[in-house]
Amino acid sequence: MLQIDTWKRVVIWAVCALGILLALPNGFYGRVETANDARAAIEAGATADGLQEQADMWPGFLPSSLVNLGLDLRGGAHLLVEVQLSDVYETRVKGMWPEVLALLRTERGRIGTFRLQQGAPDELRIRLNEKPDMVDEAATIVRSLARPVASISGAGSSDIEVTTEGADVVIRLSQAEQLASDERTMAQSLEIIRRRIDEVGTREPTIQRQGDDRILIQVPGLGSAAELKAIIGTTAQLTFQPVVTRTDNAQMPPGAGNEIVPSVDQPGQYYILEQAAVVTGEDLVDAQPSFDQNGRPAVSFRFDPTGARRFGDYTAENIGSPFAIVLDNEVISAPVIQSHIPGGSGIITGNFTVEESTNLAVLLRAGALPADLNFLEERTIGPELGADSIEAGKIACIVAGIAVLVFMVASYGLFGVFANIALVINVALIFGLLSAIGATLTLPGIAGIVLTIGMAVDANVLVFERIREELKTARGPARAIELGYEKAMSAIVDANITTFITAVILYVMGSGPVRGFAITLGFGIVTSVFTAIFVTRLLVAVWFQRRRPKTLEV
Amino acid sequence: MRLRLVPQSTNFNFFGRSWLWLGISGAMVVVAFVSFLLQGLNFGIDFRGGTTIRTESAQAIDIATYRGAVGSLGLGDITITEVFDPSFGPDKNVAMIRIQAQDGQEAVTPEVIAAVEAALAQAVPDIRFVSVESVGPKVSGELIQTAVIAVVLAIGAVLVYIWMRFEWQFALGAVLALVHDVVLTIGIFSELQIRFDLAIIAALLTIVGYSLNDTVVVFDRVRENLRKYKQMPLREVLNLSINETLSRTMMTSVTTLIALIALLVLGGDVIRGFVFAMTWGVIVGTYSSIFVASMILLRLGVKRDWSKPDNNSGNQYANIDA
Repeated sequence: MLQIDTWKRVVIWAVCALGILLALPNGFYGRVETANDARAAIEAGATADGLQEQADMWPGFLPSSLVNLGLDLRGGAHLLVEVQLSDVYETRVKGMWPEVLALLRTERGRIGTFRLQQGAPDELRIRLNEKPDMVDEAATIVRSLARPVASISGAGSSDIEVTTEGADVVIRLSQAEQLASDERTMAQSLEIIRRRIDEVGTREPTIQRQGDDRILIQVPGLGSAAELKAIIGTTAQLTFQPVVTRTDNAQMPPGAGNEIVPSVDQPGQYYILEQAAVVTGEDLVDAQPSFDQNGRPAVSFRFDPTGARRFGDYTAENIGSPFAIVLDNEVISAPVIQSHIPGGSGIITGNFTVEESTNLAVLLRAGALPADLNFLEERTIGPELGADSIEAGKIACIVAGIAVLVFMVASYGLFGVFANIALVINVALIFGLLSAIGATLTLPGIAGIVLTIGMAVDANVLVFERIREELKTARGPARAIELGYEKAMSAIVDANITTFITAVILYVMGSGPVRGFAITLGFGIVTSVFTAIFVTRLLVAVWFQRRRPKTLEV
Repeated sequence: MRLRLVPQSTNFNFFGRSWLWLGISGAMVVVAFVSFLLQGLNFGIDFRGGTTIRTESAQAIDIATYRGAVGSLGLGDITITEVFDPSFGPDKNVAMIRIQAQDGQEAVTPEVIAAVEAALAQAVPDIRFVSVESVGPKVSGELIQTAVIAVVLAIGAVLVYIWMRFEWQFALGAVLALVHDVVLTIGIFSELQIRFDLAIIAALLTIVGYSLNDTVVVFDRVRENLRKYKQMPLREVLNLSINETLSRTMMTSVTTLIALIALLVLGGDVIRGFVFAMTWGVIVGTYSSIFVASMILLRLGVKRDWSKPDNNSGNQYANIDA
């Protein structure tokens, strides 16, 4: 047992050296961070003065991955949002009206007159006024609009479900289409949020999908959650809608298929608009801040080919009627269409400042969020609180470490020194592992490390106590050490596996800081077992072979 | 000269008053339950929704001023507490303000936070808002659910593991000891009305892990001694095993406590509740692995016929179906 193969020794030392090497950058956190940032900037093509010097602050041949500091240590903003997935169903179903209208018009001879009813938000309800008994006929006609669902799981089913209720034809999205739509909405929301946050350009934001309809956003270094909400929460829903009439009565019933929308720069002025938009922000390919012919700030935009065609067709057919440009449920302006606008580009004017027009262009370019967001959780942690926590954690770690080191030497003498060397390597290995996988260190994570410092000695204690016991039966020190390791093994393994099980469950079930704690605890268990049964044993073996003591005091 | 927490060989009779110990534990569990039923827990916003604002100011904190500023906003139940920590200087006065979740609000309302901040800034000019956290009632409900599931799952998984490695009596003894520790920890949080938030759940699970660690080490020795002394009565085997492992139990508990106490004193107030839970858990866990798990094992009895030949005692750790 005290004979350890050379290759094993090499592997053990190599693992320790690797761990220490990987942990090293964390000892020079600020310096390495500056160097990493500078390198990233140089790679991105920046050529500011002093950038190269900054990059050279940390030698390139050394590892440079750092432990990420969690929000509670670095400060920043945290948001958990819920995407209102069913919003999209409504937009989709209501948006079908012009298409349905056009189709049914051609069949008016057979089905008589019909009218759009005010139904539930996720349905389109059409009542046959003249010939209610033709309702099945009408449903069959509408069904011809169904398209196959564009997703793997929904393959073979169609996107809408057409049913009849009395004299009503009811159109809803099919189950398969709803699922497909949910997936698309989430993917789109994630992408848009990511792009908006990237425009702000902060370091290492976390944007993660959680569960079916949630997104977790963490942005270190941001002033407050309110700021973060302002960045992502502005929906910038741009639509171009036909104007039915204008009014100054906010209570005026808009009528089926229409909606009432306030004007942005004329208080008390309202527009009644057709609910189905001709073109929306989704059809935009580009938006830029610019100026109109009077030199006032404006936003110019361009549509994609489908949008351009629809826009062109509409303007050709409706010369002389007003057309509302609606942003986030407010009419920005409602110009009268002067001529056919082909080519699909245009300009939005309004009472913008230069800054507003720039922001609007950014928002339009990033695209509108497909659905509203509900804020479920928001946290702002000030950077000073984070710095205080790090400072306190650091001091606590050092004091705890020294106290344990002293205690171990007092209790086990030379063997305590071996255990201490293993303990220091253990902490280095934890940091090395955390850096290597880019894990996030949180405040409970620091507590996990401190706890590990306390518990890491446990495996060594088990062995040392066992050696003491075996020494009593007096079969010589070498045999006692051997038996000590052998017999303590089952207790070490069982005890650590059970603790590891709880760490895994914490990781799977937990979130945020709890998860950070689970990671450090889990790593701590693995590294403490490794250091106790390999590193300490190797140290003992080396010492024993050199000295060959006749008696042993543990 | 070595520091010895426990004499080299001990022969305490741990089972002489086994009913007394079980009685004490039972009584403490009952007290914890009663406290939980009567007072409940001081749930943080993680579990019941709402907002906490941590403020800092150079002026000494006058809770009445704070209350006066915020109270007029009509936000329902508001708790204002001053936070003390040895690391704070004289010009660092920290307060925590907790606002309950507003009725009928699914999500967090930024207007409420803004109103509170404005009102406080009016009353205390140099106030700074170091952290602001809000959790909507929807999420907090789910968090409770997840937390309970996590604790139950952890205990269940451990039950199965020990059952596989030992016998069902061991598993039951260990799990009852765990439940004892968890109940007592929740009990002290209820009794002292310390804020109970998500991190405390992490502490609870760590306690589960730690207490188990201790129990398993004792049980491992019991298993070994049961094989070694086939004729010895169970009570004596248990007593011997506890005595033999006592030195290790104390060493590990003390080193862990040293580290935890350092953190408790110096680690700052943000995680004090969390560290307190762990410190308490280590003490209770050490006690329970000796006085609860083993006592229960004694009452349940153990199958003594280890029919499997003990041919691989050298590497029992590989003998999963033992």
